[in-house]
Amino acid sequence: MDLTSINPILLLASLMVAATPIILAAIGELVVERAGVLNLGVEGMMITGAICGFVVAVNTGSPWLGFLGAAVGGALVSLVFGFLTQFLLSNQVATGLALTLFGLGLSALMGQGYIGIKAPSFPDWHIPLLGDIPIIGPIIFQHDPMVYVGLFIVAGVWAFLKYSRAGLILRAVGENHEAAHALGYHVVRVRMLAIMFGGACAGLGGAYLSLVRVPQWTEGMTAGAGWIALAIVVFASWRPGRLLLGAYLFGGVTVLQLNLQAAGAEIGVEYLSMAPYLATIAVLVIMRAGRAPGSLGQSFHASR
Amino acid sequence: MITLEKRPQPSRLWVFATPVLAVVLTMLCGGLLFAALGQNPFETIRTIFLDPLFSEFAWFYRPQLLIKGAPLVLIAIGLSFGFRAGIWNIGAEGQYIVGAIFGAAVGLAFYPMESIIIFPLMIVAGALGGFLWAMIPGILRVRFGTNEILVSLMLVYVAEQLLASMALGVLRNPDGMGFPGSRNLAQYDSATSWINQSAGLHWGVAFAFIAVICAYVALSRHIFGFNVRLSGQSPRAARFAGVNPSRLVLICMGISGALAGLAGLFEVSGPAGQISIDFNVGYGFTAIIVAFLGRLHPVGILLAGGLMALTYIGGEIAQSNLGLPIAAIQILQGMLLFFLLAVDVLTNYRVRLGKRGIA
Amino acid sequence: MTLKTILAGATLALGLATGAAADGHEPVTVGFVYVGPVGDGGWTYEHDQGRLAVEAEFGDKVETVFVESVPEGPDAERVMTQMALQGADLIFTTSFGYMDQTIAVAEKFPNVRFEHATGYKRADNVSTYSARFYEGRAVQGHIAGQITESNVIGYIASFPIPEVIRGINAAYIHAKEVNPDVEFKIVWAYTWFDPAKEAEAATVLIEQGADVILQHTDSTAPQAAAQAAGNVATFGQASDMAEFAPFPRVSSIIDNWAPYYVARTQAVIDGTWESTDTWDGIAPGMVGIGEITDAVPAEVKASAEALIERLRSGEYHAFTGPLNKQDGSAWLAAGETADDGTLAGMNFYVEGLSGDIPQ
Repeated sequence: MDLTSINPILLLASLMVAATPIILAAIGELVVERAGVLNLGVEGMMITGAICGFVVAVNTGSPWLGFLGAAVGGALVSLVFGFLTQFLLSNQVATGLALTLFGLGLSALMGQGYIGIKAPSFPDWHIPLLGDIPIIGPIIFQHDPMVYVGLFIVAGVWAFLKYSRAGLILRAVGENHEAAHALGYHVVRVRMLAIMFGGACAGLGGAYLSLVRVPQWTEGMTAGAGWIALAIVVFASWRPGRLLLGAYLFGGVTVLQLNLQAAGAEIGVEYLSMAPYLATIAVLVIMRAGRAPGSLGQSFHASR
Repeated sequence: MITLEKRPQPSRLWVFATPVLAVVLTMLCGGLLFAALGQNPFETIRTIFLDPLFSEFAWFYRPQLLIKGAPLVLIAIGLSFGFRAGIWNIGAEGQYIVGAIFGAAVGLAFYPMESIIIFPLMIVAGALGGFLWAMIPGILRVRFGTNEILVSLMLVYVAEQLLASMALGVLRNPDGMGFPGSRNLAQYDSATSWINQSAGLHWGVAFAFIAVICAYVALSRHIFGFNVRLSGQSPRAARFAGVNPSRLVLICMGISGALAGLAGLFEVSGPAGQISIDFNVGYGFTAIIVAFLGRLHPVGILLAGGLMALTYIGGEIAQSNLGLPIAAIQILQGMLLFFLLAVDVLTNYRVRLGKRGIA
Repeated sequence: MTLKTILAGATLALGLATGAAADGHEPVTVGFVYVGPVGDGGWTYEHDQGRLAVEAEFGDKVETVFVESVPEGPDAERVMTQMALQGADLIFTTSFGYMDQTIAVAEKFPNVRFEHATGYKRADNVSTYSARFYEGRAVQGHIAGQITESNVIGYIASFPIPEVIRGINAAYIHAKEVNPDVEFKIVWAYTWFDPAKEAEAATVLIEQGADVILQHTDSTAPQAAAQAAGNVATFGQASDMAEFAPFPRVSSIIDNWAPYYVARTQAVIDGTWESTDTWDGIAPGMVGIGEITDAVPAEVKASAEALIERLRSGEYHAFTGPLNKQDGSAWLAAGETADDGTLAGMNFYVEGLSGDIPQ
């Protein structure tokens, strides 16, 4: 085995790209769960975003409009979940799973005329000056813009939750909706907005696959990325900083195991393939999970 | 302004009326969808909902409902205990796989010997496999406070890799010309779970019904059922009542894992026949929906499992007879679930029209 | 009267009825069972193109039906039975994992003809068919070995099954033939379709110096990764992937089932259908080689086309000795060609490849 063929700089650089769809979907779900709502339909919202973004981008020729369309599409489909769980008080776990089923069907139907077409190209940004820094430049500053949009959203969510008054209200709603309601906050309104934000972010994550990573439409193309995003939120203990760590850890072990295979490591492929999942569990056990938001998954009904 | 008012007691009328209402609403919206796709809505709805039960070939489809529904019901019954107590095992798919691997391995180890004890041993191994796989998130949660949602979900993917490795490695059929997949257990008399194949009866179907009865008794008559319900509604009260939360986690994970493992074993030794790379088809995830559709009640789960099986089989008929894409079937299933979940509000709440009073 | 006798009676009656249909009394019905969605852009998509070719060829004389995303196992058995019950005369089951189910259903419907893709079990009414994709792989290796500058060729493999191993060997032999310094780096993705993972695998191979990527997975993600890298060539897999031509995609292997499906349907209409084992390559057009683009130097293109022609005419076999196995033991003597039995179950690397096949 020849480990010298693994180039750590390139490995880290590709990691930033590989982790982006999961980061986008996970940060949205993090906000949803901090508001006390458990939406297991991330996969369904991602794939809906993937096809909405693809359709818009192909028809307008603009990947940026595509991403916008993906965010809108993801938010719209999440409204179904929001309406059912917030106004009709349906069970969140089951509704989320139903949303996944619905999203897979809807996207397949929408994408029927779009098979075998390539998305308009979305070139990398070579950020001037910063991109030319040796070593760090190629790792951090030479990617497509959505990589930075993802990181920007994570930073924004972090600041929003930590410093803004609206973030405080959102956390209060998630921790104890009865108390938040008693204080006069609109629990349902806050949660609806959070759900839509989550849907928009999941849509962006899906569109990153259909517009940048693949970049084509095929049915079922998210292939379980939404589930990984859900797991990363739990891993992160509902904190944005740890979410980045989780996504990079998961993506890093995935890329590393492929690297080891290509370098001819004498480890069974099946064990290497299990490694990202086992590593995530192991790190979570060592780091200890934080506490989930107090009202997570519970329906709220204002009894006057 | 429409407002909801909580009923003091769930309405008995609506408990029975809501599923019917949901199905009717699904038929209406589904009909519109199919009409938009250029199909005859009446024919399509009839094909999906009625043909499996009453068509010319219903004698074939009815037993298929048992085959398709049994694993869903068996897994969902196991999950319902944990869900009632607030323990989130969403990795039943992984426990299903490992149960199948354990059970199949025992059966294959005896091949080609014929003996009456082989199948009981396989049952024990299957349950044990699922149980042990579920104990990993259970013990991690009890011992380290690790979130069981993440661990059980991640272990699904680990189990899938294990399955591929087994199908390609130690369990591969030595007479299989180098192709992946184990020997066919359904064709090995001592190891098959079939009782009567044309009637759709295998031991998994029998166990599913037994599980429904046992769960019903446990939840309504036994102290364990009371503890489970109490822990879900009020963990503090449960602790005062002497419920050991750690033990409850392990018991609930263990039950759901063992039943999922059993479902996997019965599937691999009967309908599926062999360990193959793509042996698992998502029963473990669908069962979560079935559990909630059944309101976590054993009888409800039985009916929900039957309804899901019906839409799968009806959907296949609609695909081949009417040329409907599977995407349309998935949308219909999604709508059916949405409506079933949405109308439940009528059971627990009264709808009031008019201005909300000033609080 | 038990269910079993009803089943037997009904199958008999239907068998007679379908037998009559095959004699031209009504449109011949051809069924297709797909393992993925028709929109997967790869394996199932190409089978569906074959179905559409049958419709185009025969018009009103033939009716086709299909069910997509049918999991291997009991679901497949149900779908096949349902198609047979509904009067299909000929059923194509298009995944290796349908093998045992195809045989089981065929036993119950002796007058319905079945065609199982890529399997090895046959019966009086079950044919098997597969494509010699390794011929296409030989062409890819021939081109790749000449256009690589780093002498490192990356190979994204799916699962370690004979089909995939054959492809690796064929590509390696022909790359080595034109470039003795060539080295293969193989990554097992353990999936047939997962764009994110495929993209990562391609990126990893590119980072480790590969400037040609061959893939045995179905998505275009590796093509996109190569395009982003700029100077890496790829080959389309399953479908042409012409969207990525002329570079990075320099050629492709196309699954072309249409001629076979049309011929077999014609045989049923004519009443000349017989159980056969078909393993066709470039010559009858089952394996299509997509256009070799001008990004390939003209002399390489010319020699590749010459190789295609020799494979087509049968003058040359892609596995022609002298060839040794990886451990150095002799496999084929000079001028000897591999027999189909060995190829069908191939589970060894040829000499020169490094690493082990995962088991």
